[in-house]
Amino acid sequence: MSLSTAAELEDAKARNKQLVTEVLQAYPEKYAKRRAKHLGTFEEGKPDCGVKSNIKSVPGVMTIRGCAYAGSKGVVWGPIKDMVHISHGPVGCGQYSWAARRNYYIGTTGIDTFVTMQFTSDFQEKDIVFGGDKKLAKIMDEIQILFPLNKGITVQSECPIGLIGDDIEAVSKNKSKEYNGKPIVPVRCEGFRGVSQSLGHHIANDAIRDWIFDKQADKTSAFVGTPYDVAIIGDYNIGGDAWSSRILLEEMGLRVIAQWSGDGSIAELEATPKAKLNVLHCYRSMNYISRHMEEKYGIPWVEYNFFGPTKIVESLRKIASHFDDRIKEAAERVIEKYQRLTQAVIDKYRPRLAGKKVMLFVGGLRPRHVIGAYEDLGMEVVGTGYEFGHNDDYQRTTHYIKDGTLIYDDVTGYEFEKFVEKVQPDLVGSGIKEKYVFQKMGVPFRQMHSWDYSGPYHGYDGFAIFARDMDMAINSPVWGLTKTPWKTTAKTEDGIAP
Amino acid sequence: MTQSATHVLDHFDLFRQPEYKEMLENKKKNFENPVPAEEVERIREWTKTGEYRDKNFAREALTINPAKACQPLGAVFAAVGFESTLPFVHGSQGCVAYYRSHFSRHFKEPTSCVSSSMTEDAAVFGGLNNMVDGLANAYSLYKPKMIAVSTTCMAEVIGDDLNAFIKGAKEKGSVPVEFDVPFAHTPAFVGSHITGYDNVMKGICEHFWDGKAGTAPKLERAPNEKINFIGGFDGYTVGNLREIKRIFNFMGLDYTILGDNSDVWDTPTDGQFRMYDGGTTLQEAANALHAKATISMQEHCTEKTLAFIGGHGQEVLAFNHPMGVAATDKFLMEVARITGKSIPEELAKERGRVVDAIADSSAHIHGKKFAIYGDPDLCLGLAGFLLELGAEPTHVLATNGSKAWAQKVQTLLDGSPFGKNCHVYAGKDLWHMRSLLFTEPVDFLIGNTYGKFLERDTGTPLIRIGFPIFDRHHHHRYPVWGYQGAMNVLVWILDKIFDEIDKHTMVASKTDFSFDIIR
Repeated sequence: MSLSTAAELEDAKARNKQLVTEVLQAYPEKYAKRRAKHLGTFEEGKPDCGVKSNIKSVPGVMTIRGCAYAGSKGVVWGPIKDMVHISHGPVGCGQYSWAARRNYYIGTTGIDTFVTMQFTSDFQEKDIVFGGDKKLAKIMDEIQILFPLNKGITVQSECPIGLIGDDIEAVSKNKSKEYNGKPIVPVRCEGFRGVSQSLGHHIANDAIRDWIFDKQADKTSAFVGTPYDVAIIGDYNIGGDAWSSRILLEEMGLRVIAQWSGDGSIAELEATPKAKLNVLHCYRSMNYISRHMEEKYGIPWVEYNFFGPTKIVESLRKIASHFDDRIKEAAERVIEKYQRLTQAVIDKYRPRLAGKKVMLFVGGLRPRHVIGAYEDLGMEVVGTGYEFGHNDDYQRTTHYIKDGTLIYDDVTGYEFEKFVEKVQPDLVGSGIKEKYVFQKMGVPFRQMHSWDYSGPYHGYDGFAIFARDMDMAINSPVWGLTKTPWKTTAKTEDGIAP
Repeated sequence: MTQSATHVLDHFDLFRQPEYKEMLENKKKNFENPVPAEEVERIREWTKTGEYRDKNFAREALTINPAKACQPLGAVFAAVGFESTLPFVHGSQGCVAYYRSHFSRHFKEPTSCVSSSMTEDAAVFGGLNNMVDGLANAYSLYKPKMIAVSTTCMAEVIGDDLNAFIKGAKEKGSVPVEFDVPFAHTPAFVGSHITGYDNVMKGICEHFWDGKAGTAPKLERAPNEKINFIGGFDGYTVGNLREIKRIFNFMGLDYTILGDNSDVWDTPTDGQFRMYDGGTTLQEAANALHAKATISMQEHCTEKTLAFIGGHGQEVLAFNHPMGVAATDKFLMEVARITGKSIPEELAKERGRVVDAIADSSAHIHGKKFAIYGDPDLCLGLAGFLLELGAEPTHVLATNGSKAWAQKVQTLLDGSPFGKNCHVYAGKDLWHMRSLLFTEPVDFLIGNTYGKFLERDTGTPLIRIGFPIFDRHHHHRYPVWGYQGAMNVLVWILDKIFDEIDKHTMVASKTDFSFDIIR
């Protein structure tokens, strides 16, 4: 599908409509109606993408979504490196999320940093029956004994905690007092709350507000500010993303006083209300705390996008516009400095990738944010959707996508498979659960949550890696081997073709 | 700026460049309020001591880096081993996202599984509606031949009754009345993933044999000459089950593998996504009642299942993940005894080849100390093989091991001179193992991917055998059972030993006098 002519565009729109009608036929009537609201085609000029979002997933459909615990422990809190995060409840949640998100950090693990460890209260039946508060208190004591350099503790609630009526707030308060005001943060991110990871982000943001910001109101701080202090908000440093972003901000003369939360520390969280500007990458997961800091401390925030040179340039200028000429000039110098690298990357990879079609289904900011990077390489995103986006995400998406783009919110396994089968993109970008489905179908794939264990993809340094990775996904010789040569079609099950 | 288009630097090189090193040092110094380096070093050294070990072992409440997962993971593992079966996990949806990711990271394969997506309202009113709608949707979209229902801890805490819910759903027409929906309660706060495997395997047998939850007549057992085989929760299920089939076919056996995961987690890339592939057919699952015996390769994965099957009049036999020569001998001889078939000469030759390989290489393994951890049966199998190789399984640890398991390991150790200075640790975790490796060092560590953190901290080289293995590819395609499996494990161990000797001797003009080309 190319959207270059009006006729082709109309064809694409008609095809999308047909496609949506077809997939809905597979559902029982009640749920066909429900899913219909989440599927559509973007019409140029509309304020959003024309789909409903942030609604309960349909039972039994293989949603790609996770839970509130995943949003709090897995995304927001887990990367804070010098605190111990307890997965409070049965063993599984902590086990499956253990070190799985590649939130890079520097530190001596198990001594002064704890990100890639799995601390769990490993609930047993007796804890469910009699409650887990005493166990939790004892766990905190044991953490103090075995990990004396920890700078704080968070309690990441799993499903049973909220159901059995434990008072983790009381335990946390008491223990914090006992340990001279050490930050101990109870987080009510039980997995059954809300409809996806998204509520977990919100709950985690609120916990920072209530248990970090508000608690330190009367503490004296040695922090000495400058007019150029910014905080990176909503970058989880996957594969080092926040580092390849930070370097650009520093090069333009800004002082990055905090990273939220990739490679972040409690000291950085506490210092953030002193920032002059919060720069927000993942709007979805951290707009809450950004708005709070704006209201309470008067700190403005600005969204930026460090995927691909076009958006990086826009973003550097947008961030610089909040500062004086010194910063604005420095931003131009940064843009100039990386021009040669950017051009070399584009010269090398664009000829190999131009015209290739991409379908995305990811979480957070990526269903829109990465589109510019693909376009810098001459590629075209023909379908996109959010795992747990809200309407404000779909509104923002309209600035990125083209007329006729296929939109699918909280896509189900069934729908995604059918869409890809019919649209036949050259690349699918989604998660680990989807990766092998599409590769089996012979469709090149990159994981766009974990960068397929590569990265960083942010910043100029990251763009080179991004371009290289997309090239090796699409142009791998393996895709020439997927058809069995002696069979008429790959779908023929029965032996040798006549 | 060192990034370049001609030679793209990946994260492992990029962040070692001077501009990044300087940036990260400044970040730490200026913004992280870091603990002074000397203090970090002091504590790091302290964690290596016996004093720390004592405090670590005195833990009563906190679990750190456990080597176990929760029941529903094993439930999904067991369910996907049946023909066109869709696992349906009743409870929160995030759990299912985790199981699917976990398996996909290990097998590098898709794992299909749905959830009933229960949220707050279901927590208050129960999840009946989720079950009713969920079964209907799953049935319509994914066209399974069977839906195997298990639970997350949420559904268990609020006390949802699967039997009643499934009946209710069928009454409302979610799925046809005769459609197979076996179920098992799999609370995450009881046991571990191996318990979940057991519960679902039992649940499926019970469903087919005992009248499908009161909706069909119970089957009458009519004993035949077939045997059933259950592999248990096994990271090598793809390679292992194919090896078992090869062996059984050699022996000319008539057999049923209950829970055959070998194809569903090893589908070809040929242009077609197979949501279901292979698996035990539902007919075979039902007919398994009539077999003369059931063999379980992993006792601790099948305690309830075997009791159930035994109760139906079959002989049941449990092994402990047999690995190596003697354990495979025993396994084959028992199979031969039960079936009355002889062990073909080809297998005797395979045996001789492994013994030959051990004889060729044992000098490099003999007397080496190993720490091993994993599921209870895997530990027993590995420990047995190491003893057979003249190695010492110094620390044997299973987070999901029971006291009875520990006793069994102890008996195994007591039975060999190489087990004399070895100890077993039931219910301990990998942070305990860390203390063990510091205070009683060993030459090699055998475990899953998480063992790499122990390798980093203690310098003990890790040999990856277990589940999950995320950071090495394709080993699950190789068997670790049978003589061929013994050969594979022997080679993996030897490769690491030789790599370590080379690493240790490759400094030019210092140590390379021993950098031999023949070993």
